[in-house]
Amino acid sequence: MADMSVAHTAGASKLGRFIIYGLLALVCLYYLMPLFVMLSTSLKSLDEIRAGNLLSLPGEFRTDAWVKAWDSACTGVQCGGLKGFFWNSVSFVVPAVVISTMIGAFNGYALTMYRFRGSDLVFGMLMIGCFIPFQVVLLPMAQTLGALGIANSTLGLVFVHVVYGAAFTTLFFRNYYVTIPDELVKAAKIDGAGFLRIFFSIILPLSVPIIVVSVIWQFTQVWNDFLFGVVFSSGDRQPITVALNNLVNTSTGVKEYNVDMAAAIIAALPTLLVYIVAGKYFVRGLTAGAVKG
Amino acid sequence: MGALSIRNVRKSYHGNEILKGINLEIDKGEFLILVGPSGCGKSTLLSMIAGLDSVTSGEIRIGDRVVNDLSPKDRDIAMVFQSYALYPNMTVRENISFGLQIRKVPAAEQARIVERVANTLQIGHLLDRKPSQLSGGQRQRVAMGRAISREPSLFLFDEPLSNLDAKLRVEMRTEIKLLHQRMGTSIVYVTHDQIEAMTLGDKIAVMKAGEVQQFGTPQEIYDNPANLFVAGFMGSPSMNFIPAKVEAVGGGYGVKLESGQRTHVFPVPGGDGKLKAWEGREVLFGIRPEQITHKSESRLGLPQFQTAEMPIRLTEPTGPDTMVLVPINGKDVVCRVHPAHAGQPGESMELMFDLSKSVFFDPASEQRIA
Amino acid sequence: MNATVLSSTTAPAARPVRRCRWCDTLDAWLPKLVVAPTFVCSLVFVYGYILWTAVLSLTPSRLLPNYEFAGLVQYEALFDNERWWQALSNLAVFGGGFIVICLAVGLLLAVLLDQKIRAEGFIRSIYLYPMALSFIVTGTAWKWILNPEFGIEKLVHDWGFTSFTFDWLIDPEWSIYTVIVAAVWQSSGFVMALFLAGLRGIDDSIIKAAQVDGASMPTIYRRIIIPSLRPVFFSSFMILAHIAVKSFDLVMALTNGGPGFSSDLPATFMYSFAFTRNQIGLGAASAMMMLMIVVAVVVPFMYSEMRRSRHG
Repeated sequence: MADMSVAHTAGASKLGRFIIYGLLALVCLYYLMPLFVMLSTSLKSLDEIRAGNLLSLPGEFRTDAWVKAWDSACTGVQCGGLKGFFWNSVSFVVPAVVISTMIGAFNGYALTMYRFRGSDLVFGMLMIGCFIPFQVVLLPMAQTLGALGIANSTLGLVFVHVVYGAAFTTLFFRNYYVTIPDELVKAAKIDGAGFLRIFFSIILPLSVPIIVVSVIWQFTQVWNDFLFGVVFSSGDRQPITVALNNLVNTSTGVKEYNVDMAAAIIAALPTLLVYIVAGKYFVRGLTAGAVKG
Repeated sequence: MGALSIRNVRKSYHGNEILKGINLEIDKGEFLILVGPSGCGKSTLLSMIAGLDSVTSGEIRIGDRVVNDLSPKDRDIAMVFQSYALYPNMTVRENISFGLQIRKVPAAEQARIVERVANTLQIGHLLDRKPSQLSGGQRQRVAMGRAISREPSLFLFDEPLSNLDAKLRVEMRTEIKLLHQRMGTSIVYVTHDQIEAMTLGDKIAVMKAGEVQQFGTPQEIYDNPANLFVAGFMGSPSMNFIPAKVEAVGGGYGVKLESGQRTHVFPVPGGDGKLKAWEGREVLFGIRPEQITHKSESRLGLPQFQTAEMPIRLTEPTGPDTMVLVPINGKDVVCRVHPAHAGQPGESMELMFDLSKSVFFDPASEQRIA
Repeated sequence: MNATVLSSTTAPAARPVRRCRWCDTLDAWLPKLVVAPTFVCSLVFVYGYILWTAVLSLTPSRLLPNYEFAGLVQYEALFDNERWWQALSNLAVFGGGFIVICLAVGLLLAVLLDQKIRAEGFIRSIYLYPMALSFIVTGTAWKWILNPEFGIEKLVHDWGFTSFTFDWLIDPEWSIYTVIVAAVWQSSGFVMALFLAGLRGIDDSIIKAAQVDGASMPTIYRRIIIPSLRPVFFSSFMILAHIAVKSFDLVMALTNGGPGFSSDLPATFMYSFAFTRNQIGLGAASAMMMLMIVVAVVVPFMYSEMRRSRHG
C-alpha cells in the first residue's frame, strides 16, 4: 500500500522530507492545542487563568475544578455537578447501542442473504433515513413521546436513538455481509439449517469486527448527541451534553473557566477512551458510513 | 425409477428465460456431467436440483419423489461448492458434523461418521483445524467430507475443481472418480471444462443458452456430436471445421479440398446417403486433429483413408505429438502427427486422413448433416 | 483408504430434518418478519413524520398543534423573517467555507501523509481524534480559546503584539466564522482519512508507468492521482454538506446563535422557534425548508451514484 511512495524517495531531497515532517508536526500541534488548553485550564486556579495565557502551564496540580464539575457545579437551576447527567447518559446510551446493533445485524442479514421481492427497496427506504435532517421529525416525535407518556424519560431517548440509529447499523451490517459469500448460506441450507440457526451458528460468529464497528459508532453518536437530548428531555433527566452546555452557559456569579474545561473533558472522556482503545474500528465505521454517503 | 429425472424444466427471471425446457434422466449410481460455457444455465439447473432456486415450470424428481416444493434439507442431497463454502468459524470436525447435528444424530454416531469420513478422505490429521489453516486441496477434501458424511442419495458438485491449480485438479479429479466408484451414489457435476466432463462422466449433457444441445455418454458425444457447437466444445485441440464443396466421386460423394495449389476430392464412406442432397453446395467438413496423421503404409488402400501432400505453415510440439498446421480451403487445419514424422514449416508433408469418423454440418443451421 | 467406506446398511444420517410444512413456511417468512418492524418504523417515523411536519407547516399552530388549514402563511412568514434570511446566508457562508477548507486541508494532509511517513498511524490518529468528540465539547473548548479576554488575543498580546485584536466571537460580522474554525478543526481529519483511503486504493502500476514515461512527482499528482480521487471528492462533499445543513450543537455551544442572531443557522432557527418561542407552524416550515436543502444536495448525488453503479 505504501509502495507508491517508492517514487518519492527517489527524487525527494532531504530538505523536502524535512519540510514535510515539519508541516505534519505543526498540524499535529494545531489539532492537539485545544485538548492541551482544556486540560491545562482545568488544572489552573482562576487567578492563574487571569494572570497567564492559553499556553501557560498550571503552577501546581489542582483538582478542585474537576471535583466541582463532577459534584457541585451549577447547570441551570440545579447545582449538583455533572455526575447525575453522566449516569443519565450511560443509562440510555447502553441499551440504545445494544438494541440498535442487534437490529442492524438482523436486518443486514435478512436483507443480504435472503433477498426477497422488494428487499432492495426496503434497504433504499431505510437509507434515506440516514440522510434526512432530524429537525424534520422533531415536532411529531415530541407529540408522540408525549402521547405515549415516555417524554423526558430514559425509555423515550432509547426509543428515539434506536429508531433513527437502526438505519446506520443496518447499513454497516449489510455492507459487511455482502462480502460474505452466498455459498456459505447455501451450504448451511443444504445441511438443513434454518434462518435463525444459520444466523447464530455461522453468520454471527463471523460478524465480530462489524459488531465492534457498529457498537463504537453508535456509542459515539448517541453519547455525543445533543439535539434529541435537548428536545426530548429536561431537568435532571438530561444527557451529559445538554448538561455541559447548561453548565457553560449558566451565568450566575464568576465565570469559572477551569470548571467549564474540566466538565468538557468529563463529557468527552468516554468517547475519547473508546477512540484511544479502538480507534481502528472507529475509523472503519466512519469510512464505512461514507461509502454510501 | 431413475435417481434423478428432470422433465421439461424451465426457469425465468424477470421475463428472461434462462432455462428453456430441460429434459434429463439418470439411473441410480450414474455420474451426470452438466457442461457448457459460462451463462449456459448449468449452475442454475444445479441450484434448482438443490432447491436453492425455484422451478418456474416442469418437474424435478429425486428418486421417486417430486421435489419441486421441498426445501433443500428435505431433498436428501449434499452439495460441494466452487468456493468450498466451509464454515470459517468451525473446525473441520464441526464442519463435517454440522449437518448431522442439525439432524439430531446422536453424538457417538456423529463421532463415528466423522472418523469414517476422515479416513476415507485422509483428513484425519486436519480435524481440529480451522478452514483458514488448510491448503486449497485440503479444503476441497473437507468440502467433500461434509457432503459424504450425510450419505445422501444424490451428490451435487458445482465446479468443485476450478479453484485448484492444474496439477492438483488432475489429482482431485481422479480421487472424485475413485470415490464415486466406491460409494456408487449418483452425482450431478457441473463444469465448464470438457476434459473433466469426458474423464468423469457416465452421461454428459452439453448445454448452451439454456438448452441441452446433446445428452449422451462421453464417447457418443465425442464421436457423434449433434451439432457444430457440441463438436467444437468437446475435444482439445478442437475439431477442425473446413468449408468444403460436396462433389460426386466414384459412385459416391466426397468433399473437395484445396491446399497449396493442389486439389483433392476425398470420397466419404457412406456419404452417398445424406451428402447426396448437398451436391454442388458447401458444407462444413469436421475432422478431429487425431484423424489427420502422418502416412502409415499399413493403412494405405483402405477405403476410409486418403492421403494428400500439403504445405506446413507452423508446427507446435506438445511432447507426445506435434501439432502441424496446414492450410485447407483457406483455413488453418490442425493435424496430430508423431514427432518423428513431423516436417518443418515451409516444407510440405504427406498426411493421411481418416474419414470414417468425419462429420458434416449445415453451415447455416449448424446442425449435423452426416 | 479402506474399501468398506460409507456403505453402511443403516443410513442414520439420511434421516429427514423435522418435516413439518408449517416450520418451512415460517422459515420462509422469517426474513421478512425480521425486517418488518424496522420497515414499519421507517415508514412511520421517517416518512410519516415528514408528512406530519409538512402538515404542521400548513397550519397556524403556535404553542400546540392546531390542524386548521392555513395555506402557506407560515412559509410567507418565514421568508418575511429577517432572522431566517440571516440563518440562510450564514448557512451559505458557513457551508461554503467549511466545505472548501475541509477539502483543501484534508487533501493536503492526506498527500503529505502518503509520503511514506514514519509514525503515520500515530499522526493519523491525532488528526482524527476530534471526530470522536461531541460538537458541544468542541464548541466549549473553542469558545474558551477564542474568548477575546483570555484567549488567543491575550496570548498574542503576551507575545508582545499588543495592538492585535481578535474578537470574532463577539463581533456580529464575524461570529459565523468562528463556527467555521471550530467545525474545520473537528471534521478535517475525517476528510483526510477518506482521501488517504482513496490514495491507497490507486493502482501502483499506473504511477510506475507514469514515472517510466518520465513524469515528475508533482505532475503525477496533478494529472493522475488527484483526478482519480474524483469519487472521494464527491462523497466527502456530500458528507460535509450534510454536516453543514444539520449543524446545530456546535453553534449552540460556541455562540448560541449570537451575538444577537448573527450566527444563527437554519437548525438553530428551527429549534428556537419550534421549542422555545412556541411557533410550531413556523418551526415546521423551517424544518421542511431544511429537508428541501438536503434533498437538493443529496438527490443529484444519489442519481449519479446509481448511474455509475448501473454502468458498472
